[in-house]
Amino acid sequence: MEQAAHTPAFFGLVLIFVSAAFTDNILLTRFLGMCSCLGVSKKVDTSVGLGVAVIFVTACTAAINYLIYKYLLLPFGLDYLRLITFIIVIAAFTQLVEMIIDRYSPALYNALGIFLPLITVNCAILGISIFMLGKPYGFIQTFFYGAGGGFGWFVAITLIGGIREKINEQALPGGLAGSPITLIIIGIMALAFIGFSGMVKV
Amino acid sequence: MAANGNGIVASILFLVVCGGVLALLLVLAERYILNFGPCTIDINDGEKKVTVNGGGSLLSLLASQDIFIPSACGGRGSCAYCKVTVTAGAGEIGPVEEPYLSAGERAGGTRLSCQVKVRGDVAIRIPREYFSVRRYRGRLLVKKPMTHDIVELRIELLEPPEIEFIAGQYAQLESKEYKGREAVMRAYSISSPPSDKRHVEFMVRLVPGGICTTWVFEHLREGQEVRLSGPYGEFHLRPTEAPLLFIAGGSGMAPIWSILRNMKETKSTRHARYFFGAQTQADLFLVNELRELQRAMPSFAFIPALSNEPEGSGWTGEKGLITDVVSRHVRDASQHEAYLCGSPGMINACVNVLKTAGMPESKIYFDKFA
Repeated sequence: MEQAAHTPAFFGLVLIFVSAAFTDNILLTRFLGMCSCLGVSKKVDTSVGLGVAVIFVTACTAAINYLIYKYLLLPFGLDYLRLITFIIVIAAFTQLVEMIIDRYSPALYNALGIFLPLITVNCAILGISIFMLGKPYGFIQTFFYGAGGGFGWFVAITLIGGIREKINEQALPGGLAGSPITLIIIGIMALAFIGFSGMVKV
Repeated sequence: MAANGNGIVASILFLVVCGGVLALLLVLAERYILNFGPCTIDINDGEKKVTVNGGGSLLSLLASQDIFIPSACGGRGSCAYCKVTVTAGAGEIGPVEEPYLSAGERAGGTRLSCQVKVRGDVAIRIPREYFSVRRYRGRLLVKKPMTHDIVELRIELLEPPEIEFIAGQYAQLESKEYKGREAVMRAYSISSPPSDKRHVEFMVRLVPGGICTTWVFEHLREGQEVRLSGPYGEFHLRPTEAPLLFIAGGSGMAPIWSILRNMKETKSTRHARYFFGAQTQADLFLVNELRELQRAMPSFAFIPALSNEPEGSGWTGEKGLITDVVSRHVRDASQHEAYLCGSPGMINACVNVLKTAGMPESKIYFDKFA
């Protein structure tokens, strides 16, 4: 934290982004956002689509929630309403994103199908909004923290998608096919991601 | 904080204002972002053109223009009845549709109309018969048990008050929600003759666990309002003079019963034989009516066949599987036309028997219950 405050502003932001994406990977170190990850990671292109949508939603909702928390909830002593407020904001914002994708990218809208509205209940997004409260960040930093968290989820699901595409071509034992093998893959990847933990200290 | 009155008022106020602002934003967004504007749906290369406000599914937008595509699941993408050919403006095939479309159908532009979102001008091709399909509001007059698992429903049409159909076609009956089971539409052949324009009759066989049949058997009461749409289907008598073979089992009776009554009313003299397969005498119904019809129409013969009737029951009619009975009676079927209605297993077996007896496959018409 000290370190982040003393480094030049831009480098500080990059550091926040990278640490949120890799050191503190929301999917692989906290196991949040697992439901939509298991559902969508069958193919790389849908993984990328949902991942991008999640980056956008986490960055924007973290920033909006930061403003609401700092300028509405704290001054009025409504701190205890943060959870429900965040959920409402995320739900509304997801609806908005869904409409925008529906209007301007029908192909992505089709590919994401039911998982687009399910971003609302993707706990990674609420998770990032809550974790951001524990960090000493300003508005811009929060935005980068959210974007980084989303990017981490995006990287993780895309990697998993790539592995699953390869694995689906192989003959798996019946009991392992589908979600079980995916969970095992995620576990092994989580081990690999521990390697990042020494890289940056947040 | 929350304990005192101000805290409670403040939190309620905050949530209301917060929710209200966001809801307002979403309403505005929906109006301006999701506004696809007027879209034209071109049907059958210009045969009919309708203009709708884009944004909905093809199925629901066509229904809003009184064009009804058959649909049993109500647009969830689970029944695959609502297939249409989309020649332009469909967009990509979505994950919901994928399992229901064969490679040939994909190449030909077949789509599930409930999953195609209208975002611009669209061109589609549908069978012409869909133009005459209407949605009806009716009232159940009679619910009569025919056997232990088949009931006959007689429905009076209220709005629109009359239906035009060809004997043998089917309609879709809409069930209502009950005990957590969703509302569905299911296809049933119309068993009443087309001359009775103000009523339709169905024969419904209880399918254990079936959503619509359970509703019909346990929840539908006489006097209750029902909704249906129709007519649909290509199962009807072809206008030739070829001698006829009707083969049915169970509630497959329905379309044949409509066709036969229509033949009587139009004073048809076509030679016709009707083989009806059942297990025991208890599974037979309308026997007296059909024997009466046989007396009134010299060219018609009714041949019920029982496969599982116990010895010594006094049954003097045909015994054995319907396929054996048909092959005993029909040695040479090369000049006949056949109309089959029943379970897929029965139909497949009968088609084989008829082909063996020399009937070309193009002369065999059937309505399979899936």
